[in-house]
Amino acid sequence: MRVIVNQVEHEVPSQSMISDVLSLIDARPPYAVAVNMNFVPKTDHAKHLLNENDHIEVITPVTGG
Amino acid sequence: MTAPLPNNLNSADALVLYGESFASRLLLGTSRYPSPQVLENAVQASNPAMITVSLRRQGSSTAESHSGFWELLKKMAVPVLPNTAGCHSPQEVITTAQMAREVFETDWIKLELIGDDYTLQPDTLRLVQTAETLIKDGFKVLPYCTEDLILCQRLVDIGCQAVMPWAAPIGTGQGPLNPYALKLLRDRLKVPLLVDAGLGLPSHACTVMEWGFDGVLLNTAVALAEDPVVMATAFTKAVDAGRAAYLSGAMKPQASAQASTPLVGTPFWHQS
Repeated sequence: MRVIVNQVEHEVPSQSMISDVLSLIDARPPYAVAVNMNFVPKTDHAKHLLNENDHIEVITPVTGG
Repeated sequence: MTAPLPNNLNSADALVLYGESFASRLLLGTSRYPSPQVLENAVQASNPAMITVSLRRQGSSTAESHSGFWELLKKMAVPVLPNTAGCHSPQEVITTAQMAREVFETDWIKLELIGDDYTLQPDTLRLVQTAETLIKDGFKVLPYCTEDLILCQRLVDIGCQAVMPWAAPIGTGQGPLNPYALKLLRDRLKVPLLVDAGLGLPSHACTVMEWGFDGVLLNTAVALAEDPVVMATAFTKAVDAGRAAYLSGAMKPQASAQASTPLVGTPFWHQS
């Protein structure tokens, strides 16, 4: 199925979890995740089932004003 | 991510936000410095109460250029204040804040809800509802807002224990553009007030502190100075000077001159 991670399309197996996608993109801690504009805590990454066309944001600390 | 308070905390005049005490009344941004080393030196020189940070997509050019930032944050050991910079909707703010809470392990959040990409001014019409949602979710909200009295009062009404009105648009360095409105805020609101955005010179910071503001938050004025480390020190001194001036009870301006030196005994007086 198609999912969009940080605005980049990926094909992933159906029944994929967030943790599968994080492995796919080689996400490096620290990061946090949102799916379709909703925050998903890290305790749920291994059990949150993704759906077709889900938009996933994986964000990391940067400088800020 | 929070550091223990310094041992030299002057509890008699500490900045108190949401029940936590801070020795410094300067909050410092971490963006736009020439290098991570300069940032670190500026933070060390100014010893701010908190430093602001943000979150961006991993894999983006922004994130890639900040690959060592996490380690630097841990090394500096200054309390962090995550922001929701770049958010244009309440949902973006709320989700970003929740992600920031998990990553930075803090309930503090600088609420930025942007209404215009040119002026970067806050979306005042949706700021209060967004702040209320975050407050109910347990965040310690420091809202970036305008100097509008009603807006600031409503933020306080829904639970914000401090507000942060701008002096001028972010990054412009123009200093306080509306002194009347800022002074009115100080006169009417009893919560801590911190001027956030638009300060360019230490004298700007000193001025707002003289008016009775409780602190300042700035970034560009230090980061884009030719010598950010010296400028960071200058701002620290300016904040301290302004605070001392406010506490000392400055004289009221007078319309007519009054000699400082006694007139009695003036030599050559009435001598024709």
